Amino acid sequence: MELTLNHFLFVSGILFAIGLSGVLLRRNLIVIFMCLELMLAAANLTLVAFSRFNLQDGQPDYDGHVLLFFIITVAAAEVAVGLAIIVALFRNRETTDVTKINSMKF
Amino acid sequence: MDLYTLAWAILLLPLLVAAAILLGLKRWSGLSSLVSTGSALFTLVMSIILAAGELAPDAEKLSFPWLMLDGGNKGDFTVNIGLSLDKLSTGMMLIVTLVGFLVHLFSLAYMKDDRGKARYFAGLSLFMFSMTGIVLADNFVMMFIFWELVGVSSFILIGHWYDKESAADAAKKAFLTNRIGDFGFMIGILLVWVLTGSIYFEEIKEAVGGVANLTLLNIAMICVFCGAIGKSAQLPLHVWLPDAMEGPTPVSALIHAATMVAAGVFMLARVSFIIDITELAAQVIYTIGAVTALVAALMALQQNDIKRILAYSTLSQLGYMVMAQGIGGEGSAAGMFHLYTHAFFKALLFLGAGAVIYACHHRQDIWDMGGLRKKMPITFWTFAIGTAALIAVPFTSGFWSKEVILETALHEGKMLPYVCGMIVAFLTPFYMTRLVIVAFTGKSRTEDSDHAKEVGPIMWIPLVILAFMAIFSAYSFIAGPFRAMDQADPGHLFGHIGLTAILSLVGLIVGVGAAVFLYKGKDKDPISIPIFRDKFYIDEIYTGLIRVCQDAVASFLDIADRFIVDPLVVRAPAMGALMAGSFLRVFQIGNVQAYAFMFGAAIIALIFFLIL
Repeated sequence: MELTLNHFLFVSGILFAIGLSGVLLRRNLIVIFMCLELMLAAANLTLVAFSRFNLQDGQPDYDGHVLLFFIITVAAAEVAVGLAIIVALFRNRETTDVTKINSMKF
Repeated sequence: MDLYTLAWAILLLPLLVAAAILLGLKRWSGLSSLVSTGSALFTLVMSIILAAGELAPDAEKLSFPWLMLDGGNKGDFTVNIGLSLDKLSTGMMLIVTLVGFLVHLFSLAYMKDDRGKARYFAGLSLFMFSMTGIVLADNFVMMFIFWELVGVSSFILIGHWYDKESAADAAKKAFLTNRIGDFGFMIGILLVWVLTGSIYFEEIKEAVGGVANLTLLNIAMICVFCGAIGKSAQLPLHVWLPDAMEGPTPVSALIHAATMVAAGVFMLARVSFIIDITELAAQVIYTIGAVTALVAALMALQQNDIKRILAYSTLSQLGYMVMAQGIGGEGSAAGMFHLYTHAFFKALLFLGAGAVIYACHHRQDIWDMGGLRKKMPITFWTFAIGTAALIAVPFTSGFWSKEVILETALHEGKMLPYVCGMIVAFLTPFYMTRLVIVAFTGKSRTEDSDHAKEVGPIMWIPLVILAFMAIFSAYSFIAGPFRAMDQADPGHLFGHIGLTAILSLVGLIVGVGAAVFLYKGKDKDPISIPIFRDKFYIDEIYTGLIRVCQDAVASFLDIADRFIVDPLVVRAPAMGALMAGSFLRVFQIGNVQAYAFMFGAAIIALIFFLIL
């Protein structure tokens, strides 16, 4: 079976859905955070797939690749900040359960 | 030197002086006053040169654009600041600068110890600049600009002693009353522009004959006349002038007797070619002038403040001049002639009153004076000469100019102005004689007047010069250079001593006789006519009217504010914000995952509605 663009999009869609449902449903902050990364990975996969299958004069369009690297870089930075926030939060509240972090409400 | 350059110098020098004083010189008040007086002397000398010089017919007219507007049906519209040098303006310049210089000189002594001396002289210089602008303007818009500027300088000078409440109020009243007239003036200028397509006097003069819509031209002329009603204090806008006497007395002499209030008459003389063809407007003009002359003379009968008597007599004489502008024929020139003689003898009377007030430690009630003839002989005799000119004693300047106006009115068959003018000729000698007898003869009634001394030479020299002018200014050896009027030679009048001359002589004798009979040796006013003393209650009527109108407007605005502005503009947005807030805070549930869900759902909804 030959791999087509649709296969890649299908996989990335599943990944994104898993990530989104994780973010919306899980309670542990760390897991939510990982699910966020999963969504980013799904987006990255889409970019690479489109880039690979969008041939111009027999060459892939490398714009998608370039954007991908930017996303990875930003994601790394975001992880650093995010984890730091989680550590700080845990030190204060001694919990990572998001349902218990709900004092900012009307 | 080119005459136009000279005229520009006359115009701009006082402005420079005023600016210099206000920007820096005011720290040295003595120097400021000297600089200001020097500039007045300089402009006087230059005006004499200007009046003596003959303008070359092909002289390049120097003017520069002030305001340029594009478009419109009539093409581009440009307002130039340009000067017009003719018989009317150069003659008027001489009057303005001569009286102006003498008043500056008098002020040097009168305002010697005043705290705001530098400010006062800056105001005087600013006034000289503005008045010069009116006189030399060659178009309506420029005249209007300077018209407003004299209003401002008059405001500054009336309110010179602004810490006195009555002075501040009087300044405000003068300014506001003038604004009413000026608004009409502005509409008039626009109408004239619409009708003739020009704002330049020369072009209007050529175009005005071809105006088809005479009704509109009449309306335009009446609107223009509104400006003169305000500035020359004619009924019904006369109320500001008596109150303007709160200003320093030299200011009253210069602005509120000799020059600024005459600007209205001057302006009417400038546009006399329009009045000649607008019959209705001419009727309005001479009626208002005649009624003002009569009513003001009646009011003057019962006043006790020396300056107010003179103020009402100024109103009355201005009425004469305005009336003369409307009667047609030689009336316009006759009115200008009276303006010219009146400027000198009324400035003389005011400066004389200033000297008296100065000597009596700022007492102004004539019943507080008395017996000043012996103590202040120079002031008395010059004041008496001024009075003689005002009440038209034969062979004084006032006699000739008044006769010309009345003769012209009779000649043109305008009976209303003639009758009113004749009655005034009976009243004026009466109230002026009353003033002189009460203030200068008899015994001193207060300590202040008992201690009065003759004023110094800086004050009496202007009085003497003006007294000379008050007698002789009508004769051709003086009137010639002033280019006041060609036909005003005494011989012209001697030719036909008729009804007018006899009647006014009778008026003079009866008026003076009655006043002497009634007031000689009296310490109190033997007659009391409340309606004249209270100025026909016009001020009270205005105050009441304004109060009623103001209350009506205020209560209307109150209702509008309470029931329209408050609910719609104030409370409705507040309610909106409140409701939006209480709706939106429902979503603030504190759960980060719920926020993420709403965020995602909203993005999906956005994509759905915007892209699909």
